[in-house]
Amino acid sequence: MCLGVPGRVLEVRGPVAIVDFWGVKRETRLDVVDEPVEAGDWILNHVGYAIRKIPASEVGETLALYEQLLQESGIDLMSADVRSELEATAPSGSGDA
Amino acid sequence: MPSPLTGVATDLKFRDPAKARELSAAVVRLCADIGRDPITLMHVCGSHEQAIAKYGLRSNFPPALDVIMGPGCPVCVTDLPEVDEAVALAEQGVRVVTYGDMLRVPGTARSLLEAQADGGAVDVIYSASQAVDLAWAHPGQEVVFFATGFETTAVATAALALRPELPPNLSILSAHKYILPAMEIVAQMPATRVEGFLAAGHAATITGWGLFEPFVERYRLPVVVAGFEPLDILAGLVKLLELVRDGRAEVANAFPRCVTREGNRNAQEQLWRVFETVGGIWRGIAHIPDGNLRLREEFAGLDARRRFTIDLAHFGTDAPAALTQQCICGTIMAGSASPFDCALFGKECLPDMPVGACMVSSEGTCRIWHTYGGRPKL
Repeated sequence: MCLGVPGRVLEVRGPVAIVDFWGVKRETRLDVVDEPVEAGDWILNHVGYAIRKIPASEVGETLALYEQLLQESGIDLMSADVRSELEATAPSGSGDA
Repeated sequence: MPSPLTGVATDLKFRDPAKARELSAAVVRLCADIGRDPITLMHVCGSHEQAIAKYGLRSNFPPALDVIMGPGCPVCVTDLPEVDEAVALAEQGVRVVTYGDMLRVPGTARSLLEAQADGGAVDVIYSASQAVDLAWAHPGQEVVFFATGFETTAVATAALALRPELPPNLSILSAHKYILPAMEIVAQMPATRVEGFLAAGHAATITGWGLFEPFVERYRLPVVVAGFEPLDILAGLVKLLELVRDGRAEVANAFPRCVTREGNRNAQEQLWRVFETVGGIWRGIAHIPDGNLRLREEFAGLDARRRFTIDLAHFGTDAPAALTQQCICGTIMAGSASPFDCALFGKECLPDMPVGACMVSSEGTCRIWHTYGGRPKL
């Protein structure tokens, strides 16, 4: 419950962003992020909420760990936590706004 | 003294092996400079422990360096009566929704999983938002969000509480924890050998690293904020060892790509508008002044403790199981023992049959060491 996951914003609909997490479109709440977020921005998602906008120059560094973890089996604790974080985002189009 | 990156560590998938070698060499050199044995550093984050164990970082530490996990697993420190409250609500016919790790955490008599097996309505959620969805989906039933975790999940609960429209059948049972007061308890323990703290990067994304400035001032112990990549952790440890060597009680930020001094002010504002700190027992550790987060008076209407009469008396008559009495989770979380000091670890206490909460949660020291092998034999 400590590890957030990064994703790229595709669209903003009021308090919700449609976010691309490794090719999967999900919804993330924008209630607590402290900067304006728009399409093309990268955010750090934690339990379904964007907690930070990640500067574009720093995205590459941030993604590497997750890409490695997501290639591993779900039995791995750290990989499983990352998968849970992705589950925390609502399926895109669920209308949770 | 082990040479940098030998044995199991050569198989590590470091993104930048040259950088990893350089950082490992710096750890060895700094420990030699300091010259004490042991040099004890504490981190307070389950994800840090996962990365340290998973990537075998300890196999490259010099024997004098002891990197231990403190009370960084919010599930593990959730106290028995807090679990009992959720179990009692499920028994009363309330739908209880909570994060997955909470299901198997033992209460005084039983866990939420056992309450579920007996017909209680218990749902696992991954996001606070899903508690709202479930309450809308079950309009004829009271739904209680058993909300756990440190600042990172507490801000999500706060944002939920501040939504303009919420289902009338939704309330919150807060077991949220605040990590800083627990670090103070560890710093105050007379027997503590901790010489510095590694703080969790994503919690600090919200609180900002400035949060630790009064702490280092008061306890004269350095704090370094670190990320979760193996390289981030090694870089954080190098910085922390430099501060220890130089006797500098300072806060350093080794995770600048996510953490600023002031943090996420919007999130902090929402957190403190909804919650206030209150003292409470952290399971097995101590009473932690200001260690728990409870809903403020203005949110009384959302507070499950006010909405329901929660009867815990019937749990009180059950003496803790004999095995539970041997569990040393609390001592492990205080940094005074390792899982290998526990007679139950890997024997009576296993991920499938956990005795203590540290074997339940994916962020618990025992679960992590059981999965990844823990401290390697050099």
